[in-house]
Amino acid sequence: MDIVFQRPESMTGEQMHYCPGCTHGIIHRLVGEAIDDLDIREQTIGIASVGCSVFAYDYFNCDMQQASHGRAPAVATGIKRVLPDKMVFAYQGDGDLASIGMAEIVHAAARSENITVIFVNNAIYGMTSGQMAPTTLIGQKTTTTPRGRTVSEAGYPIKMCELLATLDGVTYLERVSSHDAKHILQAKRAIKKAFEIQQGGKGFAMVEVLSTCSVNWGMTPIESMDWLADNMIPYYPLGVFKDVSVEEGV
Amino acid sequence: MARKLMRGNDALAEAAILAGCKAFFGYPITPQNEIPAYMADQLPLRGGVYLQAESEVSAINMVYGAAGAGARVMTSSSSPGISLKQEGISYIAAAELPCVIVNVMRCGPGLGGIHPSQGDYFQAVKGGGHGDYKLIVLAPGSVQEMADLTILAFDLADKWRNPVMILADGILGQMMEPVVFEEDLKINQVEKPWATTGAIGRKPNIINTLDIVPESLEQKNIALLTKYDEIRKQEVRWQEIHTEDADLILVAYGTSARVARSAMEEARKKGLKVGLFRPISLYPFPEGEISRLASSKTEFLTIEMSSGQMVEDVRLAVNGKCPVHFTNRLGGMVPTVEDILEKIEEIYEGSDH
Ligand SMILES: Cc1ncc(C[n+]2csc(CCOP(=O)(O)OP(=O)(O)O)c2C)c(N)n1
Repeated sequence: MDIVFQRPESMTGEQMHYCPGCTHGIIHRLVGEAIDDLDIREQTIGIASVGCSVFAYDYFNCDMQQASHGRAPAVATGIKRVLPDKMVFAYQGDGDLASIGMAEIVHAAARSENITVIFVNNAIYGMTSGQMAPTTLIGQKTTTTPRGRTVSEAGYPIKMCELLATLDGVTYLERVSSHDAKHILQAKRAIKKAFEIQQGGKGFAMVEVLSTCSVNWGMTPIESMDWLADNMIPYYPLGVFKDVSVEEGV
Repeated sequence: MARKLMRGNDALAEAAILAGCKAFFGYPITPQNEIPAYMADQLPLRGGVYLQAESEVSAINMVYGAAGAGARVMTSSSSPGISLKQEGISYIAAAELPCVIVNVMRCGPGLGGIHPSQGDYFQAVKGGGHGDYKLIVLAPGSVQEMADLTILAFDLADKWRNPVMILADGILGQMMEPVVFEEDLKINQVEKPWATTGAIGRKPNIINTLDIVPESLEQKNIALLTKYDEIRKQEVRWQEIHTEDADLILVAYGTSARVARSAMEEARKKGLKVGLFRPISLYPFPEGEISRLASSKTEFLTIEMSSGQMVEDVRLAVNGKCPVHFTNRLGGMVPTVEDILEKIEEIYEGSDH
């Protein structure tokens, strides 16, 4: 019998700790599939950040480092600069990347570090149980915006792809979503491309994946998928924000 | 072996390269700026990587990544920058990554000033960052030692899988002295089978500091403490001058020890039996050696460019066996030979209480 579906070799098979309705697990799998497709598992060093995905080092079947909160791009830089022939990816949440780690991601991008960043935007701080993130939408309720985020108190959510697209050092930026099968397939293509860009030595690539946090959003898994589509995508439009991988030649 | 006149910071940087340092990550701050400048000039020409990070926070996390990938790696900074690195240093100590961290101390607190100080002693030897951990801390007392202790630091870091700090100050960094580098320096390259270099034909390596199971984290804490105990047994370093017959022993490190030595010599000329004890490793602190010298016939005088930090460790080591006096200068001021002599005379007259 032909095997039509199995765990990617780049995943360990360890049972994941993610809550029902959270798409971190799906996004992990997409990264694992991309690493398998490119046959780079033994060449890859991943970086788990501080957030719900901190245990990613148990789920990816490749060398892993766990970074302090927000600093995954700096850790990735340290690894890549001493092992330039290896593949290095950072997997970060939105609090990690767009708040405490804003300096690290901006400067890694500006330096055109030849790394791949998977940026999981669930519009909330998941691991610390539901505080406002820099990506929390206006009006969205969190434990620290109990009456909904207001501009007067907390300003505006940050659009990372748009922000980083202004930097000359960036090679590829795409925002994708994880709320249904069609979008998950597109997310897979983007993630694979972000690794290929690194493989070709073409510089900084980041894929922002919109994702869900049913538990802290206070919704069922199905409601969360709908909420993402109805509320997040209008504010965080999907698409390619920058791609100079072709212009730069193969 | 050629003697060269070099600035302390340059000698330290050259020594790091000779010791096989393959990556340097830093951020500008006075009075250590010659170190990154030297590294930027030399490292890329000699098989290494220099990178100016966007902050000290970022620099120390680049060190984490590069050390975890198995490279000999260094960062340098001065007091405020070292404060910013503390979270990263705690992670590095927890993950047991070898690296060298240089603090060319300046005066504080706050932005303080750019003049020399020894105000970061507690931060360096007692932890500095969060959680229970220790750095190996080496305190050079000359330009030659800026070089020699840096080479030693890389070896100790690898040997113990522990971050090593060079605790210097603005004077040691800026002053020029002759220095000799050993030709054909042998680099003790150790195998790093734990490093994340790509899992080719082996199980993945994981560099991690998280352990949410108290029973298991406690075992890791105990393993670290056991390692530190062993370091305390094997890596104590110090220098003694004229302690055999001394009835007053000066205790000082780094720049203070240089002045203290001159003061001791002046005192000897006056017939006073003064000796000098200079800790070279501040962690592990030479407590056994100080304890051995403490008796009813001796007294100690600790001299620091701080409000009184190392003196606490001297008192712990002496453990009440004899008086421990203290003198200091602050704010970037350096004690003078006269300052110390005056204090010595007070002690002999019995008027220092
Ligand atoms: C220096 C530091 N500050 C704060 C924390 C606490 N903390 C842990 S996870 C987290 C938020 C992570 O949120 P995000 O990056 O959005 O990822 P998610 O959990 O939503 O996947 C915070 C603030 C920490 N571990 N370290």
